[in-house]
Amino acid sequence: MADTTTDGPMLAADGTPLKQSLARALRRQKIRALMLTAPLLVFVLVSFIMPIGSMLMRSIQNTAGTEYVPDILPNVVAELEGWDPTTGELPSEAAFRAMIVDFKAAFENKQHTQLGRRFNYETPGMSSLFRKSGRKVSRMDVAEITDAKAELIDVDDDWGNIQYWATIKANSGYYTSSYYMAAFDAERTIEGVQMKDPDQRIYQKLMLRTLWLSGLITFCTLAIGYPVAWLLADLPLRTSNLLMILVLLPFWTSLLVRTSAWKILLQEQGVINDIWIALGFSDRLSLINNQLGVVIAMTHILLPFMILPLYSVMKTIPPSYLRAAKSLGATNTTAFLRVYFPQTTPGIGAGALLVFILAVGYFITPELVGGADGTFISNRIYFQFSTLGNWGLAAALGTIMLAIVLLLYYVYDKLVGIDNVKLG
Amino acid sequence: MATTLPPYATTGQKIWYYAFRVFCGLVFFYLIFPILIVIPLSFNAQDFFTFTPEMLRLDPEGYSLKHYKDFLGENGDYSWLQAFKNSLIIAPAATLLSVSLGTLAAIGLSQPHVPFKRQIMALLISPMIVPLIITSAGMFFFYSSVSLQGTMAGVILAHAALGIPFVIITVTATLSSFDTSLTRAAANMGADPVTTFFKVQMPLILPGVISGGLFAFITSFDEVVVVLLVGSAGQKTLPWQMFIGLREQISPTILAVATILVVISIALLTTVEMLRRRSEKLRGMSPG
Repeated sequence: MADTTTDGPMLAADGTPLKQSLARALRRQKIRALMLTAPLLVFVLVSFIMPIGSMLMRSIQNTAGTEYVPDILPNVVAELEGWDPTTGELPSEAAFRAMIVDFKAAFENKQHTQLGRRFNYETPGMSSLFRKSGRKVSRMDVAEITDAKAELIDVDDDWGNIQYWATIKANSGYYTSSYYMAAFDAERTIEGVQMKDPDQRIYQKLMLRTLWLSGLITFCTLAIGYPVAWLLADLPLRTSNLLMILVLLPFWTSLLVRTSAWKILLQEQGVINDIWIALGFSDRLSLINNQLGVVIAMTHILLPFMILPLYSVMKTIPPSYLRAAKSLGATNTTAFLRVYFPQTTPGIGAGALLVFILAVGYFITPELVGGADGTFISNRIYFQFSTLGNWGLAAALGTIMLAIVLLLYYVYDKLVGIDNVKLG
Repeated sequence: MATTLPPYATTGQKIWYYAFRVFCGLVFFYLIFPILIVIPLSFNAQDFFTFTPEMLRLDPEGYSLKHYKDFLGENGDYSWLQAFKNSLIIAPAATLLSVSLGTLAAIGLSQPHVPFKRQIMALLISPMIVPLIITSAGMFFFYSSVSLQGTMAGVILAHAALGIPFVIITVTATLSSFDTSLTRAAANMGADPVTTFFKVQMPLILPGVISGGLFAFITSFDEVVVVLLVGSAGQKTLPWQMFIGLREQISPTILAVATILVVISIALLTTVEMLRRRSEKLRGMSPG
């Protein structure tokens, strides 16, 4: 150090060591940055993260209505603890007696139908058993009954069905894995967990279809988006800005407008079929309510998400590289494949991942133009949720889908960086 | 590929050049055709979703404002107008919420030393990535438990969360080119942080804030799934009405609504583009 008169640490104006002073300033800066971010973080936590968390919880909670199953059937759960369904024998007399006690309480709180519906998700038929037994069991008096087993089976033969009791035992905890089992097309039988018959594995099929169609749509957007992005990057700025409007307008137009436009265009009596007939063909094409319709409409809707990242990458590639390659003797194909294309791969990665992530979660377009064989997993989740009311299964399917999307999001972040997402 | 065709181009090059352009032209047509086609169809005098012979002959008889009148409730059905009104309450409220919180956070995140910056960014952008059906299902469970489900406040809160990624992305992008020595200069001349923010920083990042706000607005204005699950009959928005209309019996009023929405999106796009050019000019990035 040049200054030889002071041999202590360098001091700031207020007399504290400079190092300490700087560290304090840095700390203050960090705190200020976090303070500015804090309100939004709290907001996102409450309005977005906690809802997601509550969905994750739903997928493992064993509830009927708003209450946990073991809270509705406390005595039955206790009595079934020592019972082993694989012996092939019905539960003990005490378990039947406990069932009458708990059932009466549930009937009083109007919970027995919800309970039946809960077990019905596992074993069809239990909903009607619980509903039908309601009034009769509620009139029983446990103190007067000598043979609870016979009495209950007398109400409904199904109380003698060992599979039903096995289902109750298997789903007597506060938490359950049965929704995930259902989501993976497995079921619990007396012999243990088994996969369903191959023709009943609807969720696997649906998941694969969602991934396959999303992949196909991603490929289509890339195949037709790449040349367009190239043209836009190559044209003079004034022309490309003008043509860019044709890409940005769909991007800004309501998703529902675009979906309804496709629904109107593609339908049997729609504009495209009318032109087709006017061209002299006799059969109307079936373009809607199938996978073809979904691919056509979703490729259109997601195309801007492919073109924009491709464009921003291609814009940075100097056109002189291609010219240099050609002047060194490369053919057009070689120059493209070995010089231009490798430099656009970051754009392809960014665009393809973004389109794929968005496509996997699509709901509205498949719902409106997909028909029966063009629906995605989202549509099934919505159906489970709103029509069948099996919220646990909807949550389990949602969690699986969330895991897939978050994995892709992680890859996207590593590859592209989230701060590099561009809009318009 | 070349921008213009040189005079010495071979036949093969000429074919390639024109084929490429024709292909791109077709893609542009594919992009824009479905959006523009709804506009003439919305003036159909009949309840059809295709061009009638009268329309093709350009006969004035074939055209009418019937569907627009239905939208305005002239047939006694005010559900479309009511839905439009709900949309006009929900979208601005959600936008205001996400813009104010989002801008503040974006400024915080653009400071030079932010701990966990990457993680925070990933978290804030995730509402854009997570499929809407998952978000809405979660919101249904959670908002029901705090009795926000089926209320206007619940829908606004949900939509604000969905708009945040857009505000964060646009505002941090604008801030990345913001010269921080300007705020230091202001502080040097005696301005307190609040004055510096409103007099120096805000005017310069305003274009970014506004376009972020427009993105947030259109996100809310266009959103269906969350409204379907978090909302109830009292929060029917325009997209909800359209979705139900398209799924059940498809009513031609949808064409009129679609046209109105296309006009709105053209207006928004124009605004955003103008803002972008203005901010580029301000920052000296573009000569235009």
